[in-house]
Amino acid sequence: MPDAGAQRQRRHRRRRARAERMFRLAGLVAVTLSAGAVLFLLTAVASRAVGGFTETRIAVPVDLGAARLSVTPARLAGRGADLALAGSGLEAAVERAAARAYGPAPDAWLSSGAWLEVRDAVKREPALLTGRRTFWLPAATAIDAAAEGRGTAAARAAHGRLAAAGAVRRGFAWNFLTNADSVDPARAGVGAALRGSLMVVAVTLVLACPIGLFAALWLEEYAPRGRWTDLVEVSINNLAAVPSIIFGLLGLAFFLGTLGLPRSAPLVGGLTLALMTMPVIVITARGSLRAVPASAREAAMAVGASRTQVVFHHVLPLAMPGVLTGIVISTARALGETAPLLLIGMRAFVAAAPPSLTAPATVLPVQLLLWSDDVDPGFVDKTSAAIAVLLIVLLGINALAITRRDRWEARR
Amino acid sequence: MGAGLLLLLVAGLAVIGWAAGVARGRWLRAAPGTGTGKGRQLAPPFGWYAALWVAGPPLVFVAAWAAFGPALVTDAVLRTPDAVQLPPPGFARATLLAEARALGLGRSADAFHPLARALAPAYAAAQARYDALAVAATLMLALAGGAWAASRLRPGFLPRPHVERAVGRILLAAALAALLTTLGIAASLLWESLRFFAIVSPADFLFGTRWSPGAVDGADPGAALGAVPLFWGTFLIGGAIAMAVAVPLGLFSAIWLTQYAAPAVRRRLKPTLEVLAGVPTVVYGYFAALTVGPAIRDLGAGLGIADASAESALATGLVMGVMIVPLVSSVADDSLVAVPADLRDASLALGATASETVRRVLLPAALPGVMGGVLLAISRAVGETMIAVMAASGAATLSANPFRGATTVTRQIVDLLTGEAAFDSPKTLAAFALGLTLFVATLLLNVVALVTVKRFKETYA
Repeated sequence: MPDAGAQRQRRHRRRRARAERMFRLAGLVAVTLSAGAVLFLLTAVASRAVGGFTETRIAVPVDLGAARLSVTPARLAGRGADLALAGSGLEAAVERAAARAYGPAPDAWLSSGAWLEVRDAVKREPALLTGRRTFWLPAATAIDAAAEGRGTAAARAAHGRLAAAGAVRRGFAWNFLTNADSVDPARAGVGAALRGSLMVVAVTLVLACPIGLFAALWLEEYAPRGRWTDLVEVSINNLAAVPSIIFGLLGLAFFLGTLGLPRSAPLVGGLTLALMTMPVIVITARGSLRAVPASAREAAMAVGASRTQVVFHHVLPLAMPGVLTGIVISTARALGETAPLLLIGMRAFVAAAPPSLTAPATVLPVQLLLWSDDVDPGFVDKTSAAIAVLLIVLLGINALAITRRDRWEARR
Repeated sequence: MGAGLLLLLVAGLAVIGWAAGVARGRWLRAAPGTGTGKGRQLAPPFGWYAALWVAGPPLVFVAAWAAFGPALVTDAVLRTPDAVQLPPPGFARATLLAEARALGLGRSADAFHPLARALAPAYAAAQARYDALAVAATLMLALAGGAWAASRLRPGFLPRPHVERAVGRILLAAALAALLTTLGIAASLLWESLRFFAIVSPADFLFGTRWSPGAVDGADPGAALGAVPLFWGTFLIGGAIAMAVAVPLGLFSAIWLTQYAAPAVRRRLKPTLEVLAGVPTVVYGYFAALTVGPAIRDLGAGLGIADASAESALATGLVMGVMIVPLVSSVADDSLVAVPADLRDASLALGATASETVRRVLLPAALPGVMGGVLLAISRAVGETMIAVMAASGAATLSANPFRGATTVTRQIVDLLTGEAAFDSPKTLAAFALGLTLFVATLLLNVVALVTVKRFKETYA
């Protein structure tokens, strides 16, 4: 019979062991939940994005000779060709051709912009106006959904008829990566938005990299200790944590209001994001400058190098990997930034890639915001596909930066 | 010709100046009579000295040109005879001039207004004349700078101290640019807010409980612009719900990763969490709106809550919390690792279990760092815009029910400024007043957070 004290001790030990297990479990649950939330997010994007990257096309025999369009081949030369073809009844003729081949459609056979592909073909080959040819044209959203096994019974039956006739095929939507935005989901793409993003980020980097790096060099290597230096230091540290939308307000008030620069332009977007990115570059660059061993500095000084020579010939090359990591990470942040760009007017429908830095443009995150608001169900898959493009670019950039940094840290 | 091409021209000239300077330096080195002492120097500083003099003056000119050039061109157009027919200064005149300018510079094919068509050639001519002038001035200044540099680069002249002083000044200018940005933000927010507070009294704005900018009444705009519902919604979503998700998840993830995970697991998981921090917020917003929002509404309806909304505070806050987990966990991780190993070893040696060590020794020691991280996280959540824009409600309500819609300050800023209101109406100015409040709030949070973290670091440095 063990005495009461020993028993109490055993109970106590058991309770402590249980508390230990619970604590450990709580940690594991937290990690699993966090990772699970993200895994859920990524799989949901991937599963929907597949639909956005594939397109359904229907073979439509179009006989323009029989359609009697009110346009002559002579009018197809020069600038008025688009207008002439649009007014010639081509759009109705193409949908009629589909209906003649496959019977009445549940709603429509072809996407609302399908005839534009016929138009472009006619512009290249005016002879088509009197001939006939079978085009593979993008299907309407309902048929596209039926091809994926979703959608209404009528649409599925219609798709069945097409499939039986061998007149439908699915494939990778290459034009999603090259086209600009469109009101027709089958023709909408991220090409213009990608180009806009590229222009915005280029302006951002051209401004933020030199200024950020120089400011970091001054603060770490040249600045006299004192109140003024502290002021610059404190303001940079705080700038890095200012919400991005505040930079949008600044861009709106200063670049658009005071300087009168054009709305929605990549130039203004780049300037605004440069203000946001610069403090991050300064902070990471300072960190890696500080991590350069004092021995490198002292060795250079000992052989008579001036301060500028020490900094530019010895310290900066050693700190460069860390500086570049900071630049890459802030590039990724700028690429994914949306809020400040909304405020400077980048919310408009832009149907062409921006020809210059001052022309209206859109960027990838804003494009997917616009699509997510669209009532046309065809844009649901397109939004996920745009997210997939954005994530592949961003996570690729981030992963590159993080693995590079880890390798570099391991080597030191 | 745009400023971009002028800059390219200056860069080309600077390269030529650099090469000429280096050649001069080599020649001086090789020249007789400069074999020893002061005269014997490396060539590159000569190149840099020449390049700085060639590029510096034209750069100042190009900056001035970019700012004032367009106005000069417009002035020249206004002096042409056709310009007499222009309407008096105002909106009509500005659109007409913009149209004429676009046509004259070949940016549009045709103009709507006949007067714009008449003025277009004048625009083209003036632009061509001033372009030629700008190129000439750039070349002249570069040549003058180059000539000055050439006259200085003689035997016995030491270019290096000059170059180094110039480098120091360039770096200082870059640092000042950062300071100016802060001042610019503060000034522009303050200026627009002052204009707002001239119309609406600060008391109405800060303590008013009705926010409906759609129904602003010209006689008493303050009655519909009370921001208390926005502050409440921001606090409920960002301060309460998001933190209730992010702090436990982030803290326990950090504890598990630092104390329990095998080193190999930690090596894999930590970068993964960091990569997640790079997912743009617009993606989280899309999920909050499309998946989480409806799910929470159904849950609320299932629980018997009558006015459960798909744009609920709960859905927005939950997703925001998930977004912030990597931030909390990485700060907590750093703080836990920074606690000296002695403390941990001593606790374990006395027989404490791992969890007792964490709770009674490591966490109290790391608390300031963790608290700083939490404050930073709150400031992130309060300033987060895209999730609120896509998932929160646009209507401001004062309700503590998390299943009902709530709106945030950031959401209202976007809504106010993406509408079609005139730039100085009380509505757009209200956005700047909200921006100022947000700026001040996040600034305070950051200062407190940075001070806390710094003190923590000093304790164990």
